[in-house]
Amino acid sequence: MKAHRTIRTALRALRRNPMRAFLTTLGIVIGVGAVIAMMEIGAGSSQAIQKGISSMGANVLLIVPGTASTGGVSYGTGSVTTLTPQDCEAILKYCPAVRNAAPVVRARTQVVYGNRNWVPNSMSGTTREFLEIRQWTRLAEGHVFTERDILNANRVCLLGQTVARELFQGRSAIGKEIRVKNVTFRVVGVLSSKGANMVGMDQDDILLAPWTTIKYRVTGSTLETSNQSAISSASSVNTLSNLYPGDQPSLYPERSEVQAANNPMPVRFTNIDQILATAKSSEAIPTAIQQITELLRRRHHLRPDEDNDFDVRDMTEMTKTLSATTTLMTNLLLAVATISLIVGGVGIMNIMLVSVTERTREIGLRMAVGARPQDILRQFLVEAVVLCLLGGAIGILVGRGSSTLVRLLLRWPTELSIGAITAAVVVSAGVGIIFGYYPAWKASRLDPIDALRYE
Amino acid sequence: MELIELNDICKTYHMGDIKVPVLKNVSLTVAHGEMVALMGASGSGKSTLMNILGCLDRPTSGKYRLDGEEVSQLTPVQRAMIRNRKIGFVFQNFNLLARTSALENVAMPLSYTAGHLSDREARRRAREMLCRVGLEDRLDHEPSQLSGGQQQRVAIARALVNRPPLLLADEPTGNLDSRTSVDVLRMFQQLNEEDGITIILVTHDANVAQHARRIIHIHDGAISNGVCPTGSEPRTGWATETADTGAHI
Repeated sequence: MKAHRTIRTALRALRRNPMRAFLTTLGIVIGVGAVIAMMEIGAGSSQAIQKGISSMGANVLLIVPGTASTGGVSYGTGSVTTLTPQDCEAILKYCPAVRNAAPVVRARTQVVYGNRNWVPNSMSGTTREFLEIRQWTRLAEGHVFTERDILNANRVCLLGQTVARELFQGRSAIGKEIRVKNVTFRVVGVLSSKGANMVGMDQDDILLAPWTTIKYRVTGSTLETSNQSAISSASSVNTLSNLYPGDQPSLYPERSEVQAANNPMPVRFTNIDQILATAKSSEAIPTAIQQITELLRRRHHLRPDEDNDFDVRDMTEMTKTLSATTTLMTNLLLAVATISLIVGGVGIMNIMLVSVTERTREIGLRMAVGARPQDILRQFLVEAVVLCLLGGAIGILVGRGSSTLVRLLLRWPTELSIGAITAAVVVSAGVGIIFGYYPAWKASRLDPIDALRYE
Repeated sequence: MELIELNDICKTYHMGDIKVPVLKNVSLTVAHGEMVALMGASGSGKSTLMNILGCLDRPTSGKYRLDGEEVSQLTPVQRAMIRNRKIGFVFQNFNLLARTSALENVAMPLSYTAGHLSDREARRRAREMLCRVGLEDRLDHEPSQLSGGQQQRVAIARALVNRPPLLLADEPTGNLDSRTSVDVLRMFQQLNEEDGITIILVTHDANVAQHARRIIHIHDGAISNGVCPTGSEPRTGWATETADTGAHI
């Protein structure tokens, strides 16, 4: 019997009792529909959860300068100044696994407004990308400083909730001028609240400003001196018009004679304390680290035997949580999917058994006119598979439809899952074969004489 | 050339430990082109004999040559292929596929034929057969839309679509009224005379048996030489000559 004729016979047999065929396949429709809907809603939720976790900074990479040591005494991170703003731009441009990168210049000094003062835990000069990397683009009020502010080193800043509360006592901070180490800054925006981070540090205790402003107007120094800035602030004369404080940045970092001879390189005009970057996804983190390392080694003219003069750090702990969550979600969905498809398959087997009994005479007739047992087996098997595939197809539509409804009505995130659709088709055909085999085998074992006489 | 040669056919059923002999040393020959009625009361073993003749069942012992081929020891698969090529079946209750057009019903056996026919060829042959039984205007009717006689004619067309040399009819008029019965029996005679198809009618009705040219009585599992109820000469055993039994109309 040719394949297409077998399929046609199966379709014709199903058409002879469309109501029953529909009820039979309903199990598969619901099963596959549930699987697809669950997979899509689940994938969407999983995405949302991953997004949530990565907003805590799971994909964030921190690039810090290396450490200097003389005679076995190490001076710790930031004791050499090797990172430049150009490094940051190059990372954005040449590392495809990196989504975003922002330079960070840090300072720690007193902030004064009226008769109140405060020392923010973190005072960072950066770019607008910093907020995107920290997933912090939503402001409580005001707006973010602009590219032009960065180019012109304009004295504008954003305040964290804690700083704003301490300085302004609940009044609006927008447009007010505060003094940072005797430099006046206009507050252009207040960040939304982010709370404490994983180790309990208050993330809202922050002041953000263009990195150029912090670099050239506030610190004029690297990390090693920034912690003493409070002292210098206290000792210097309080002149509001002092745009450029006495501590000018050293434009030409000191290099030894030997270094200069080895690496005749253009002088770095300025340096930054850190670069904050994000990988495209948590899977891309290792690639991103590798790309950044290669790029920076090239840019810093390091010989193959030289150690890195920088350090790339990732949030291993959070990445682990992230992948564990994803695996858990996937397994959960898989379990639900398996159960519903097994239930659907048992339904198919049930009805196929009834169908074999009901069509005993037909089987006897077909055998009498020359159908071999394998022809009967194939006919019933194909019937079951066709039924399951039809059910699967309807199920895909039902699943897609309900996940779309959920997205539109409940506004849950969903995500089209091609994998789930493929799996549903394969599994429904598989269910047809597995659960259709026994009834088909039973039909093929009938004795034509008994079958013909069956009432 | 004989179409059917039965030699010492025995069939014994086992009911637990008890052996029930149903056919006892039946020997029978049917030539090509004969029309034979197989008569017997219920329980006489005529159904069993018919199952063996139709290659649906295997004899416990004995030889059965059908169209020159020994078929008594074939496997079920081989017997299925013999049934498909050599034998057409007509049943008392028609056994048509419900909600399936007459044409599809007739074409059904062709889908099990080893020599693959194209769909068009299969349909052409089915249509041809339906015309042969006079149903050219009922091709797309479903069994429920046909009368009993028409349904039986569809069944006859289905039995003949593979052009078998032998047609086995098991009580073909059992579900029909007397007028349609005569029509159907005339059709058998016509097929027998015009197309040379060998026909075996299994019946318990003497009026039906009269339409055959030879009547074989079976009694208690053996072919008996009893008196023909209609008064015509019963011709049994190896008698293969065609004789006017009075059943010819």
